[in-house]
Amino acid sequence: MRRGETVSARLWASSVWVLVGFFVLNLLAMIAAVVVNSLGTRWFNTWLPQGFTTKWYFSAWDEFQLGDVLFTTFQVVGAVVVLSGLLGVPAAYALARREFPGKRLVVLLFLLPLLVPPITFGIPLATVLYRAGLAGSISGVILANLVPTVPFVILVMIPFIEQIDPRVEAAARVFGAGTLRLFIHVLAPLLAPGILAALLLVLVRTIAMFELTFFTDGPTSQTLVVALYYAVYAAGVRAGQSIDAMAVIYMVTTLVWLLIALRFVNPTQIVGRARR
Amino acid sequence: MPLRLALSRRGIDGVTLLVLPAALFVVALFVYPFLYGLVLSLQPKAGGWLANYAKFFSDPFLYGTIGKTLWLAVPATLLNILLSIPVAMRVRRMHRQRLLTAILVLPITLGTVLIAEGLLLYLGPQGWLNRALMGFGLVSHPIRLVHNYWGVFISLFISGFPFTFLLTLSYVSGIDPSLERAASTLGADTRSRFRHIVLPLLAQGLAINFCLSFVQTFSVFPSAVLLGAPAGVTRVISIAAYTAAFEQYDYSMASAIAMIMGFSQLIIVAAVLGARVLVYRGPAGGGKG
Repeated sequence: MRRGETVSARLWASSVWVLVGFFVLNLLAMIAAVVVNSLGTRWFNTWLPQGFTTKWYFSAWDEFQLGDVLFTTFQVVGAVVVLSGLLGVPAAYALARREFPGKRLVVLLFLLPLLVPPITFGIPLATVLYRAGLAGSISGVILANLVPTVPFVILVMIPFIEQIDPRVEAAARVFGAGTLRLFIHVLAPLLAPGILAALLLVLVRTIAMFELTFFTDGPTSQTLVVALYYAVYAAGVRAGQSIDAMAVIYMVTTLVWLLIALRFVNPTQIVGRARR
Repeated sequence: MPLRLALSRRGIDGVTLLVLPAALFVVALFVYPFLYGLVLSLQPKAGGWLANYAKFFSDPFLYGTIGKTLWLAVPATLLNILLSIPVAMRVRRMHRQRLLTAILVLPITLGTVLIAEGLLLYLGPQGWLNRALMGFGLVSHPIRLVHNYWGVFISLFISGFPFTFLLTLSYVSGIDPSLERAASTLGADTRSRFRHIVLPLLAQGLAINFCLSFVQTFSVFPSAVLLGAPAGVTRVISIAAYTAAFEQYDYSMASAIAMIMGFSQLIIVAAVLGARVLVYRGPAGGGKG
């Protein structure tokens, strides 16, 4: 830091760092505890388990039918990513390029599902989906998960689109490109980084989305995070280690995508709502 | 085509229509369910049209959940906001923000269920935290941190802090550093620079930040079940709503509780945003021009 800072200022600075360090340390220790437990044989009254084994992963795989659960998870996540891109990107384009009466109202419409927490709108939504006969199936889970992700894609994409020079599009129009061709040949390549970033964030958020899936799923449409919840909820029936093995599998699924996402996006975007 | 021309003058043409599919989707799956839920909550299984609400506010087991939720959500949110300010003030001058922010993003992506499972293990009587505390001789018996208020509080703190911090960081980075430099030239020390320059500019952002974080913590659900005492001190309002919907299959009552949950959030948010106006009104960017 700069010279001439007083002792109390330095003390303050270091206490802030100690605080951050303490937080990060506990966070990593918590994650490490799950990993160690999933690999341990017997762990009681000691710092570390007596021995290490990988058998819990095999037993978790069978006990919780993780093959099916992972398949469902990828189906749900894949559909949510594709559909929220297809619905969100064109809408973001319209909002970035056109001024029309009622635009503020439309923006508010897209902000609300991000501001209202999933639990609050999840229960009425689940009720409607049950009445429509969609809940309990994979399509119900996909529909419910799309409610926050479509607005999310729109709000992340608007600034990306605004920074593209409209003259590029005007030039393409002059040469006779229709809206569709403009989209495929001009906009899609220019927007690719933005779309990639937005969809990766949707992917990470959907894997971790608990409430909406929990409310709308049925026995055949559980995703990984809901399966994990049920396992922890009914802990005692199963070995703690195999629950943690599932937790590790869940963690790895999210973290792989998070690491990929972090190569393309700024971490603040994950919190990401409309920047202004 | 005079109609088309007239519409396009007002900004409505083929491109504008691209907003329609997404807008219709949100109306169908967000606005409609909300209105449906509101109407459904007014059609109780028995009694008059306000019977659900009357039942909620006359049964201490039900209306008590609001207080219990607030008792968790408000302190956790305030603690998060208060801690995020000094950390963000420090981190904004850092050159390698990316690694720290990446670590802090972890809890957001891991989600509340995994945090609950991790904390059950880590904070439990045989967990590493208690072991370390006893090893340092700070406590003689393991302290009870799970299946009570503190377990939920800690999980709210861990899952909430990154979110609050990243928002505060983006607001703090938005303040023009030349304002502080000017104050420093005029002889203001760190503390008064913060009090008279940064804090007023930050107030607006902090109010929004409080609202967003509060709304998230107010709807705590998985950790209140897994880490708390879901029948006792951490019987939060979302548990009441869940029980009504998926255990008693009383969708009308569940919708009523969801509406009450939404309105309680709205009241707090409106109060905070209203109080914000008293502190400062103006741009946070400053500087240019």
